Amino acid sequence: MPNMSAKRNEMPVQAPDVRNKNFSEVALGYTEEQAIDEAKRCLNCKNKPCSTGCPVQIDIPAFIAQVAEGNFAEAYKIITKSSSLPAVCGRVCPQETQCESKCVRGIKGEPVAIGRLERFVADWHNAQPETAPEVPAKNGHKAAVIGSGPSGLACAGDLAKKGYDVTIFEALHVAGGVLSYGIPEFRLPKSIVQKEIGGLKALGVKVETNTVVGKTISVDELMKEEGFESVFIGSGAGLPRFMNIPGENLNGVYSANEFLTRINLMKAYKEDSATPIKAGTKAVIVGGGNVAMDAARCAKRLGAEVYIVYRRTEAELPARAEEVEHAKEEGIIFKFLTNPVEIQATDDGWVKSVHCQQMELSEPDASGRAKPVPIDGAFIDIEADCVIMSIGTSPNPLIKSTTEGLDTQKWGGIIADEDGLTSKEGVYAGGDAVTGAATVILAMGAGKKAAAAMDEYMQNK
Amino acid sequence: MFEILEKRSLNPTVTLMRINAPKVARKAEPGQFIILRTDADGERIPLTIADFDRQSGSVTIIFQIVGATTEKLNHLNEGDCLQDFVGPLGRATETEGLKKVAVVGGGVGCAIAYPVAKKLHELGVEVHSIVGFRSKDLVILEDEFRASSSKFVLMSDDGTAGEKGLVTDALKKLIDSGEKYDRVITIGPLIMMKFVCKLTKEYGVPTVASMNPIMIDGTGMCGGCRLTVGGQTKFACVDGPEFDGHLIDFDEAMARGAMYKPFERHAYEEACNLFKEVK
Repeated sequence: MPNMSAKRNEMPVQAPDVRNKNFSEVALGYTEEQAIDEAKRCLNCKNKPCSTGCPVQIDIPAFIAQVAEGNFAEAYKIITKSSSLPAVCGRVCPQETQCESKCVRGIKGEPVAIGRLERFVADWHNAQPETAPEVPAKNGHKAAVIGSGPSGLACAGDLAKKGYDVTIFEALHVAGGVLSYGIPEFRLPKSIVQKEIGGLKALGVKVETNTVVGKTISVDELMKEEGFESVFIGSGAGLPRFMNIPGENLNGVYSANEFLTRINLMKAYKEDSATPIKAGTKAVIVGGGNVAMDAARCAKRLGAEVYIVYRRTEAELPARAEEVEHAKEEGIIFKFLTNPVEIQATDDGWVKSVHCQQMELSEPDASGRAKPVPIDGAFIDIEADCVIMSIGTSPNPLIKSTTEGLDTQKWGGIIADEDGLTSKEGVYAGGDAVTGAATVILAMGAGKKAAAAMDEYMQNK
Repeated sequence: MFEILEKRSLNPTVTLMRINAPKVARKAEPGQFIILRTDADGERIPLTIADFDRQSGSVTIIFQIVGATTEKLNHLNEGDCLQDFVGPLGRATETEGLKKVAVVGGGVGCAIAYPVAKKLHELGVEVHSIVGFRSKDLVILEDEFRASSSKFVLMSDDGTAGEKGLVTDALKKLIDSGEKYDRVITIGPLIMMKFVCKLTKEYGVPTVASMNPIMIDGTGMCGGCRLTVGGQTKFACVDGPEFDGHLIDFDEAMARGAMYKPFERHAYEEACNLFKEVK
């Protein structure tokens, strides 16, 4: 009999007052009992609506049925048929708008906690003694993957499973892309990211760090001189945007990218880190996305009083509801309908305060979206000694500018068809480099699609 | 890993290292830079490429010991390896169409000015080099500059080497004496470059300054290296490191350069103490 409780099993978490002072993971994960109990809430619908909400179409009811039976190893096998990074996706996917939004149990209660179950299965697997994976026989073809973020890892994993000799080129000194430099330890422990990458290496994937494609070597050289028959570009959207308001270059103003990179990649939150960080005593984060929540929660953990300044209202926040909830619990203060117009300086060139225009929402326009509009003469100053700009990123132009015949959109995104094929033969692209900043799972999906297309291309060449 | 093939002290606080980095050497051009980490817990620091040899696959860096990381770097020896060494980053010095150039270097900046002078000289450009140091014992690369320049002026703050005075004095004198430069290329302390640019602006001589701000990734991702050029925000790592000197907001660059001074001083002292204890 299914478990008909309308409520899902709660995720055990570190208490807000405790966790906002450390960088350890917030969510602690289900126990076996909780996982089995939650899995029993699944009705095992024949038409699998949840799977249609999954960008990589995991056979969700099938893996949950195995969890309900306590067959965690079997559940893991089912998930990894479709997903290369289950421990990552179980943590950072916006399940509430994907698989879980389609769950039948969600109609009259809470949907099955699919993401938490995915995480449970992946963590269970990672806790087992390591077994060497079956390394597929090499098929004699060489493929290159640029960037070791979610799209690149997914693409490399699928190609390696098909026998390709795959090399990932990474600009930074650590693989993982945004999983390593962007998402904080308390949401996604870096040991998990490295474990997933270790899994790919065990499949024979080579990772060359410290290689900036477009500078150290070009796409054309990879293909003509290094013998790569096909190339996947998964270079992400790493270029930070600024507001172009006065005072943005003052000391104490960071892009979210810089702030998070110092903390996550360079470990600046640790006492003995060689890399400095200044979250100040009062930090203002500008923006309302997941990255803004991450930056805010990091600043809080570094001891600052933290404000998130967003020009629309809470209802329009692009961040996941869970992230907003966590941020609030941790004591982050939200200032809605507030838009910075100037960052004011102390005499010695440091941030002193953020001068903000107060906004109101207009009547919804033809598209149904209400626009924030300034309220005449209404301004406030928020005192701060640190400001973090978290208003989005765009694709890095480095590869476009050094690859002949690679077409991009006006805003910088690489133009690719549904399979990821770009304007250049043999060159595929996916993830944020194509779509602009999006989610880990969408990038993974794009990497997998491209891997299938690259396989076909190389086989028929 | 990136082996240190050669290590040489150029003066008490400036060291030259030749690093085995074939991939970087293959693409390096004067004006570009690399980012290195000394060890697995180290910070990323940018250093401009001082020289390279594509054949042997080596890249030369010259650094001044100013902080914890350069102190640690200076404690490594031939045969030791650097943890990370990535590049070449940034844009190369533009040399097209130049016929007569004044290269103005100051202090350790001369290490970066030299390969530029050398490249211009090899291209047949008439090079006048003006280099300045605080005093005689800090002079570096004098012979190298002489070999690449048709005119060489050495300046020192205290008059112990060459003429007493600032590089701007020497540059002004040359321009006043009728030398006509297509371009001035200046590399050195921000305050020096600021005044070189101020001078050449008065004379209407196009000037390029090489910036070396704080940065992390060096690929355009963090924006830590941003500076204002002609009222617009630029990233030194991808848009530079060389910019039109007449448009750079040097005061802002100097303020930004001091952002982590207290942290750096503390880290440097700690590193020094650590090495003292080891001894």
